[in-house]
Amino acid sequence: MKSLFGVRAWFRSGTPWIWLNAGAIALCLVMVVGVLGLIVVRGGSHFWPADLQQTEWSPESGQKKTIMGELVRSETVSAVMLRESGATVPAELESVTRYLVKVGNRDVYGRDFSWYMDYEITGWVVPEGAIALERRERGNFYGFPLKLTEGDKLVAEGVAMWPELLQRVERANTIFQQMKDIEKNDISRINNQIEKLRLTERRLVLEQVSEAELAEFKAQAAAENKVLSDEYEVIQQKLDQLRAESNRDTLIARTAEGREVSISLANIVNAYAPNDMSVWQKTRHYFSGIAGFLSEEPREANTEGGIFPAIFGTVTMVILMAIIVTPFGVLAAIYLREYAKQGPLLKIIRISVYNLAGVPSIVYGVFGLGFFVYIMGGSIDQLFYPEALPSPTFGTPGLFWASLTLALLTLPVVIVSTEEGLSRIPSTIRMGSLALGATKSETLWKVVVPLATPAMMTGLILAVARAAGEVAPLMLVGVVKLAPTLPIDGNFPFIHLDQKIMHLGFHVFDVGFQSPNVEASRPLLYATALVLVLLIVVLNMAAIYMRNRLREKYRSDAD
Amino acid sequence: MNQDKLTAPPVETELKLSDEKIKLQVNDLKLYYGDALALKSINMTIPEKRVTAFIGPSGCGKSTLLRCFNRMNDLVDICRIEGEILMDSQNIYDPKVDVAELRRQVGMVFQKPNPFPKSIYENVAYGLRLQGVKDKRILDEVVETSLKGAALWNEVKDRLHDNAFGLSGGQQQRLVIARAIAIEPEVLLLDEPASALDPISTLKIEELIYELKDKYTIVIVTHNMQQAARVSDYTAFMYMGDLIEFDATNKMFTNPSQQQTEDYITGRFG
Repeated sequence: MKSLFGVRAWFRSGTPWIWLNAGAIALCLVMVVGVLGLIVVRGGSHFWPADLQQTEWSPESGQKKTIMGELVRSETVSAVMLRESGATVPAELESVTRYLVKVGNRDVYGRDFSWYMDYEITGWVVPEGAIALERRERGNFYGFPLKLTEGDKLVAEGVAMWPELLQRVERANTIFQQMKDIEKNDISRINNQIEKLRLTERRLVLEQVSEAELAEFKAQAAAENKVLSDEYEVIQQKLDQLRAESNRDTLIARTAEGREVSISLANIVNAYAPNDMSVWQKTRHYFSGIAGFLSEEPREANTEGGIFPAIFGTVTMVILMAIIVTPFGVLAAIYLREYAKQGPLLKIIRISVYNLAGVPSIVYGVFGLGFFVYIMGGSIDQLFYPEALPSPTFGTPGLFWASLTLALLTLPVVIVSTEEGLSRIPSTIRMGSLALGATKSETLWKVVVPLATPAMMTGLILAVARAAGEVAPLMLVGVVKLAPTLPIDGNFPFIHLDQKIMHLGFHVFDVGFQSPNVEASRPLLYATALVLVLLIVVLNMAAIYMRNRLREKYRSDAD
Repeated sequence: MNQDKLTAPPVETELKLSDEKIKLQVNDLKLYYGDALALKSINMTIPEKRVTAFIGPSGCGKSTLLRCFNRMNDLVDICRIEGEILMDSQNIYDPKVDVAELRRQVGMVFQKPNPFPKSIYENVAYGLRLQGVKDKRILDEVVETSLKGAALWNEVKDRLHDNAFGLSGGQQQRLVIARAIAIEPEVLLLDEPASALDPISTLKIEELIYELKDKYTIVIVTHNMQQAARVSDYTAFMYMGDLIEFDATNKMFTNPSQQQTEDYITGRFG
């Protein structure tokens, strides 16, 4: 009986509740830390220059071969399973360890990841002098450098070659950057102007101006076109020259199994010799890899390169969304709380608004596509951009429609928190203002709304968090897997609301599930997810900081 | 100096309502909350530049009556008013009356201090800014005189631009009074202005009321009978929506004409 009494006393003391509550929070923490940890480890380790490992591979069928690459992972599977799937596993084995190796050299092997069974290979060794080349096309190259040539002339060979190679890769990269700048700035500007001339001419035709006027414009346009195409010609020549310059040097290298390959330096982004690097050098390489990931454009169908356009697109879209949703939501909330006659109708409206927050986001996407893009965008095109038709300007998914759709999606959150903020303002403060002869709207704008700004910021924080992570509706209203240009650039009007954008959330989806090269993109998937999470954290921190500043400013004992 | 005034024996000239200049006149005022009659045909006159106190048990309608003078009851949807209140012979319930203008002339201070979430300076300047005053010199001057008038200047003159919420409760209440007198109203309504304050702050508010009556007609609602006796010239006793008795404070507290008044004042009920 005594022990029973003890248990009962323990229950009555409330201790089990405390344990239950603490357990719940512990479980939450474990899950959050687990997810973040997984993302950080998997995404972060990708940029560490792994050693290149080499082994002799002698498969049952076919001849012996030396292979070299980065060991990605290994796993032990039962021999039975392998036999069932058609592999000829020696009879005495019960389980087999197999290795996934990134062998690179897609141009030679056709694919850059391969599995190797441990019974088919000798041990792994780390050969000295092996190099890895990050290339613009066809993935990484792993092998051994033989010689460096400039045209037909031999430049360097052997030990002296490495510093020379690095220097010349640097040079080729500088030229590549110049070419890119020219394409981005000069060529796009010229194209833009030519397109503008074409559109102006088309508009004049549509407006049915007189023949003389049209002819006059055509003459003028022809002259301008001539100037532009001359300019283009010059630039094109310069580009050709640069291209030839960048292709000047060639590296002759040998793959692990002995095949000779020649690689133009114009194709090399980065050359490094992981097996001969110190920890310090590897660390530097690691951080420059991360910096490159954050600042470069994607290559090779998003399986390589960086994610800068996606970061840029996400931030632009979220900021635009915040600019749209805040005034709209705040005004709606003020009307609901302050002006509308409280009654059953208002209750229904309020419940409807609250429930909008629970509508699946894809529904908003479909609505955005149908209403914003096709109906509104289509009308805008007919009214303001008839000269561009049939190719749509706003009548196609784009940045503005994506922001607008997300604004609609997050509107309930902003309305609800603003309303709550307004309802928390003590009525004595309103009374105080009214008693001084203020009208209702003066009271509202001078006293009540400033006091409710922290609540509005809370709504905005929630809205931003939701919008930055949303993917489903965006696929319909403006996000694409690869956008050729950023939505903000140097061409008038600088912010191109009609342009399609890249988005981190969609990038995760694309890299994870639409990628032609799953193994290559897997680490990028984690890294992108990590950037997305960090971006949301940063956006939230900024908003929380602003809210706390406001709270401090409008501190009241009512809080 | 203030202390002296309070402790000095009250001026023994007999106050008589019939000798006073009338500021506000209430004629047959009835007030309904929905169907419930909260004020039953009130008739009274509020004398100019005197302190009039409303006393009575909770729910007797004294605050409701007070709020009729600046039409704060308009904000209550279910509230309906019959009868009239004349201020300087003008009916304030006339549909032509600009309510905001009326409230500028009839200031009000509430039970709980309600400064705005702004600086001390901006709190006092609020009413003037509403009227479109932008001249910094005028604002500075009014802020100073109002804060001096509310006996708060010396305590806050070095931190005029600090947030008003940093003040103590008593200081906040005096700030609210400064805010009310900054727009120079003719009447000042005080709705239990000291009930949320400690005794020392209460004393300061009472001294302030004493000083302010030279310039303003003051109507104060209070639960504290001693306070009514200390600060007011006239006292109205209300009960269940009725005005039971209204007379000079001295007479009310020494020789009330109604039995109910006497019972309440002596603490036999309420």
